[in-house]
Amino acid sequence: MGKTVEQRERVVVRFAGDSGDGMQLVGGRFTDATALLGNDLATLPDFPAEIRAPAGTIPGVSAFQIHFASRDILTPGDTPNVLVAMNPAALKANLATLERGATIIANEDAFTRRNLEKAGYAGNPLDSGDDALADFRVIRVPMTTLTTRAAEGLEGVGTRDAARAKNLFALGLLSWLYGRPADGTQRWIEAKFATRPAARAANLAAFRAGWSFGETTELLDVQYRVAPATDVAPGTYRQVNGTTATALGLLAASVRSGLPLLLASYPITPASELLHELSRHEGAGVRTIQAEDEIAAAGMALGASYGGHLGVTATSGPGMDLKAETIGLAAMLELPLVVIDVQRAGPSTGMPTKTEQSDLLLALHGRHGESPLPVLAAATPADCFETAFEAARLAVEYRTPVILLSDGFLSNSSEPWRIPDAAALPEIDPRFAHGRVGTESGEPFLPYARDARGVRPWAPPGTQGLQHRIGGLEKQDRTGNISYDSANHATMTRLRAARIAGIQRELRAVEVDATDADNEDAELLVLGWGSSYGAIRAAARRVRDRGLKVATAHLRHLDPLPPNVGSLLRAYPRVLVPELNSGQLAQLLRAHFLVDVQSHTKITGQPLFAAELEDAIVDALQS
Amino acid sequence: MHSKADFQSDQETRWCPGCGDYAILAAVQGFMPELGIPPERIVFMTGIGCAGRFAYYMDTYGMHGIHGRAPALATGLATTRPDLSIWIVTGDGDALSIGGNHLIHALRRNVPVKILLFNNQIYGLTKGQASPTSERGKITKSTPFGSHDRPFNPLALALGAEATFVARTLDTDKQHLPAVLRAAAAHEGTAFVEIYQNCPVFNEGAFDALRDRAQGALNRIPLKHGQPIRFGPDGERGVMRGANGDLCVVDVADVGEDALLVHDAHREDPSLAFALARLAERPTGPTPIGIFRAVERPLHGATAVRNADRAVTNVAQLDALLHAGDTWRVA
Repeated sequence: MGKTVEQRERVVVRFAGDSGDGMQLVGGRFTDATALLGNDLATLPDFPAEIRAPAGTIPGVSAFQIHFASRDILTPGDTPNVLVAMNPAALKANLATLERGATIIANEDAFTRRNLEKAGYAGNPLDSGDDALADFRVIRVPMTTLTTRAAEGLEGVGTRDAARAKNLFALGLLSWLYGRPADGTQRWIEAKFATRPAARAANLAAFRAGWSFGETTELLDVQYRVAPATDVAPGTYRQVNGTTATALGLLAASVRSGLPLLLASYPITPASELLHELSRHEGAGVRTIQAEDEIAAAGMALGASYGGHLGVTATSGPGMDLKAETIGLAAMLELPLVVIDVQRAGPSTGMPTKTEQSDLLLALHGRHGESPLPVLAAATPADCFETAFEAARLAVEYRTPVILLSDGFLSNSSEPWRIPDAAALPEIDPRFAHGRVGTESGEPFLPYARDARGVRPWAPPGTQGLQHRIGGLEKQDRTGNISYDSANHATMTRLRAARIAGIQRELRAVEVDATDADNEDAELLVLGWGSSYGAIRAAARRVRDRGLKVATAHLRHLDPLPPNVGSLLRAYPRVLVPELNSGQLAQLLRAHFLVDVQSHTKITGQPLFAAELEDAIVDALQS
Repeated sequence: MHSKADFQSDQETRWCPGCGDYAILAAVQGFMPELGIPPERIVFMTGIGCAGRFAYYMDTYGMHGIHGRAPALATGLATTRPDLSIWIVTGDGDALSIGGNHLIHALRRNVPVKILLFNNQIYGLTKGQASPTSERGKITKSTPFGSHDRPFNPLALALGAEATFVARTLDTDKQHLPAVLRAAAAHEGTAFVEIYQNCPVFNEGAFDALRDRAQGALNRIPLKHGQPIRFGPDGERGVMRGANGDLCVVDVADVGEDALLVHDAHREDPSLAFALARLAERPTGPTPIGIFRAVERPLHGATAVRNADRAVTNVAQLDALLHAGDTWRVA
């Protein structure tokens, strides 16, 4: 049977099933195949906090969305073109995200009366008599049956084992539908199940059965092609999520500073991934410690920094609350410490697997006393590399704790990353104090004397002749001795603040993306920070496609801010600040610059979508 | 060779007159030259409380950290810098109340640090509240009707966490204190040393039964590895294991020397050491002093230290790391 091949510029596919159905696994593999094909892509895993919520229920639905295209894309996509629904709950939980005309590929075997009841369906929505899916193109595939049949006769494969491979059937079908090469995935299956021959055979059979089903079924008469992206910069690429990019950024900073890396963390969703990732690099000299608690994790990282290493701790919101005292100590000691906050929806335990940008004010101000420190935020999964590198650089060069804000979306989401040339990365100079031989020679060592940038000397233990004591008590200027002198405290408070504020001198001005000269005289600037970058750029693109003018800019440095933020805000009649919180950056900008910025907020635990922001921009332009 | 003066910092000591901390500081400064380690490779890490000031008075490297967190800070340092000799100075509130979790985990991990716990059974720096080692019924500013809570036994706690080195000594004992420090320094893993320390302002006389010369002669039970446990001016009393396994204090004349318990600090099983730690519920009567336990166990961070040789340190290695996995080229 001949099949038509159609070209598509971009496609959004969402795999959804029960949390035990292996949707993240097949989503990840589909992404790898897509990346190797040269498409631009962005992904969004969306899974419940419970490891196994009751099977078949809506809280147990786990989904993986991928947006891939032949051109530069910016977000995982708002609305899927294709939903793979492995059971009724997966259909029900995701139906609202679909646009009219979208394709639903459903595993009809899972639409049993019991599963329908669990999902809250009175009847079977797949039945033609039911008009719940009238707006969609529904393709019913008996995936469980076909998978089981494909595995029949395979040595050592039972019916239950065979049925569990149905996710690979779905992967095979979707791989055929979008022309993702099969050989790479087959090699991957072979490697993944190398030690379990029965599972290997069942999964290979399921994948091939899915592919063959696509080739032969009359339900699908079109195959789609998405050509490799051509508007991307030349270079060598790999796929990374925010976690991997952060880990590599820290490793790069370690190599370029000559400071061995220590990560101390306490398990917490979604930050644990970074502990897992870096602990795999123990062979590369990375030290990781799973601490007894969040406080200890921060303390161990600071202890390592005190010893002249690069101390890092990573956590999410609740852990930030606990690390505050150690961050305060690091501010007082003026020692490097990188604190990574993978933000999630709060307060308290909140929604651990859902994303939010609600720790900005905490990062800036969440300590007692006046203890300013640099705060940075990563914009995209790949940008986590540069931002982590920059956070470590500032920590080391300015002897300060630095907070790097990431979030649940960035840590799990992935995209292609142009791998930088390691030799071209800037060197980070820790400028250790030089030891002295003999105690009589020269002046006494002054641990709190400062250079032109306000930075104090760093003499880790072991440096000969420079023995000194540091601590959390207020220090006398220059000597570092304990001082309760009131004028000295005022001086020290100002010196600590000036050193951090002075970082602004080396920050690049934030650039406006107007895409072309036409938008430079836009009436509206959309100013964002953190992971909303992709949605903001995509929304602005759509607004421009409608013939309207809009400019965008994005902040990596939240404190100190780049030098031109004030003038930028005043250069546009209107400024819109989209955030996944109730307006924290907007509040700061209003307070600092007395500019009446408008806030666009979203606090649903989901990332910002381009379509909703497009509407907000148009509203702002027309108001 | 360094002298005691090399370990005295230029900072004025500011403990109350008569504080037991002075005696401990003098003993530690006097002992340091014996280590044969240059001052720049010695670090004192402290928490908050009177004992926390110790770091400022040693002319070594030092960090006066956060309340209860010295074991965490020291773990990070010890993991990355096995070349240093790291000493934690802490108090009963610092180690056993706010820092309890860090203490037990440092002991569990066997981090190569020495922990000196100055136990005065009271909060001194915050001016006289009950501590986790204050006796039940203790009247303090925060417990005007007497402390309701049962106190911790620091050694029993450390032994419960299976610390590899556990000892007890006294602030003013100029022979015993340095001897215990010497053994602690020689121990490779975590050494936990409880030092009974008199607070003349808020808890004067808490340890008179042991510190006072006459009473001490009656009450100190010296623990010596491989020897029967006996005490008293003429060794007339001793410790025996009773029929039910409990330890009890006996008159040697009644039971004979052969019936006495022979101290074995190197026993892998900490149960006997635990029983010895619980022999005296409070330090008001016969109380064991000395090294309860000293055993060997792998150190925290030993694997990572071995892996340091394979560390990625140059640009070529970093390049390989960045390019790991599936990559593709765009021309």
